[in-house]
Amino acid sequence: MSQPLPSRFLGAIGGFVLDVLARLGTVTRSFLQLTAKLPGALRRPSLISEQVHFIGNYSLLIILISGLFVGMVLALQGYYTLSQFGASENLGQLVALSLLRELGPVVTALLFAGRAGTSLTAEIGLMKAGEQLAAMEMMAVNPIQRVLAPRFWGGLISMPILATAFSAIGIIGGYLVGVQLIGVDEGAFWSQMQANIDVRRDVLNGVLKSFIFGIAVTFTALFQGYESQPTPEGVSRATTRTVVVASLMVLGLDFIMTALMFTK
Amino acid sequence: MSNLVEIRDLHFSYGDRPILANLSMDFPRGKLIAVMGGSGSGKTTVLRLIGGQLRPQQGTVTVGGENVHQLDTEGLYRLRRKMGMLFQFGALFTDLTVFENVAFPLREHTDLPEELIRDLVLMRLNAVGLRNAHALKTNEISGGMARRVALARAVALDPQLIMYDEPFAGLDPISMGVTANLIRNLTDALGSTAILVSHDVQETFHIADYVYFMSAGKVVAAGTPDELRQSTHPYVKQFVNAEPDGPVPFHYPGKSLAEDFGLEGVQ
Repeated sequence: MSQPLPSRFLGAIGGFVLDVLARLGTVTRSFLQLTAKLPGALRRPSLISEQVHFIGNYSLLIILISGLFVGMVLALQGYYTLSQFGASENLGQLVALSLLRELGPVVTALLFAGRAGTSLTAEIGLMKAGEQLAAMEMMAVNPIQRVLAPRFWGGLISMPILATAFSAIGIIGGYLVGVQLIGVDEGAFWSQMQANIDVRRDVLNGVLKSFIFGIAVTFTALFQGYESQPTPEGVSRATTRTVVVASLMVLGLDFIMTALMFTK
Repeated sequence: MSNLVEIRDLHFSYGDRPILANLSMDFPRGKLIAVMGGSGSGKTTVLRLIGGQLRPQQGTVTVGGENVHQLDTEGLYRLRRKMGMLFQFGALFTDLTVFENVAFPLREHTDLPEELIRDLVLMRLNAVGLRNAHALKTNEISGGMARRVALARAVALDPQLIMYDEPFAGLDPISMGVTANLIRNLTDALGSTAILVSHDVQETFHIADYVYFMSAGKVVAAGTPDELRQSTHPYVKQFVNAEPDGPVPFHYPGKSLAEDFGLEGVQ
């Protein structure tokens, strides 16, 4: 005999809440397991530098090209708006602030999720599907220590460097369009930027943001790979989830950090 | 002769689905013991329970006198250093070369100098006939070669216990014969205990000292290969002679043919 509608409804809500709590528990436990292995992973710096090279260096080209175009577009859009108020000499400040505080860390993290995050998830998922992680465990080698921790360090180290490179090349893009193409005064462009950018408030906060994004995106990518179903379909789903979850986390965290860092 | 591995009254299930029931087995030191049975009979689960990758609901597994499932993570990893395992399709690390795959356990668990690691790896690869393939990537070698590399890796640290999970699956007859001989020779040369999970009757009977036959999570017959060849046990007979029907039915259990076609009561 089927249950009455209200109790089925309540049961469904209860089931959903329990699922969410169980999932949160799994994520938290995995995060703690991973962070517990991070100090030990520092004893093998060669594994970490390998991952910085793999994760960071291979993402560099897409980050630099994207940064250049984002800076160029910022200069174009910024100039049209600022010139309406006769403030086009502030273009350097606008470009630099936008990049350092927001676009540098955020766009880099989104590109990083798509380029390096998916590759990490697929790599770990396929290692699991090919029983490589199980083989490692049977060789008394902890895969969290040997495989996940160096990749996590690689993501943490790479992300702030990539975000800085993104902002730097973005400013060059803004300079090329604003000064060389549109004809904004070069002295005003750089001096306004220098006068109005604060190293701690703008530059370091931007680096801190990208560091937090590095933790969020790299952990998401590793977790999704490690928890994926060991089948082609499972790995494909995990890879998609990495992009979706990591992107949403980046945007949500960005709102929270912006509210904490930049409100007066 | 003492047993290296002992399984007593083991029960294991995935959720509500029972896999092993009341299982007891002995694996004496220095012997090559085969565990045979059809797909889904619980053979690989036995290996995973011995290796501590799964936890039983009831019963004990002892390896060298230590209860596997009462060890903490550190104790389990210490125990696993005495074990080697060959996975069904090798489970080689695809980002490493043949040489680096075999060197992996040595690099992880020893501080040996590079020259000694090189010599040890080449000796292991020589034993499986692949010394000259040491520089190849794993995607440049055949399935049979991958199995032999995995074998060299499994014995890299001279384990007391070597477990083989379906080592003959998907191999051509030549590779199968080579792998079987290697398993026997390595077991004898290292003086280790070997547990061979397989459903390949000819190769397994050729090299095993003793064979357990499993069906539906239970041991249904056991004996030396010669004893089992003469066995009149219906399951063993069907399995050894590859008969299509018998205790393991050809048809998946369920409704009868007459019932499915609505012919019940028709004379």
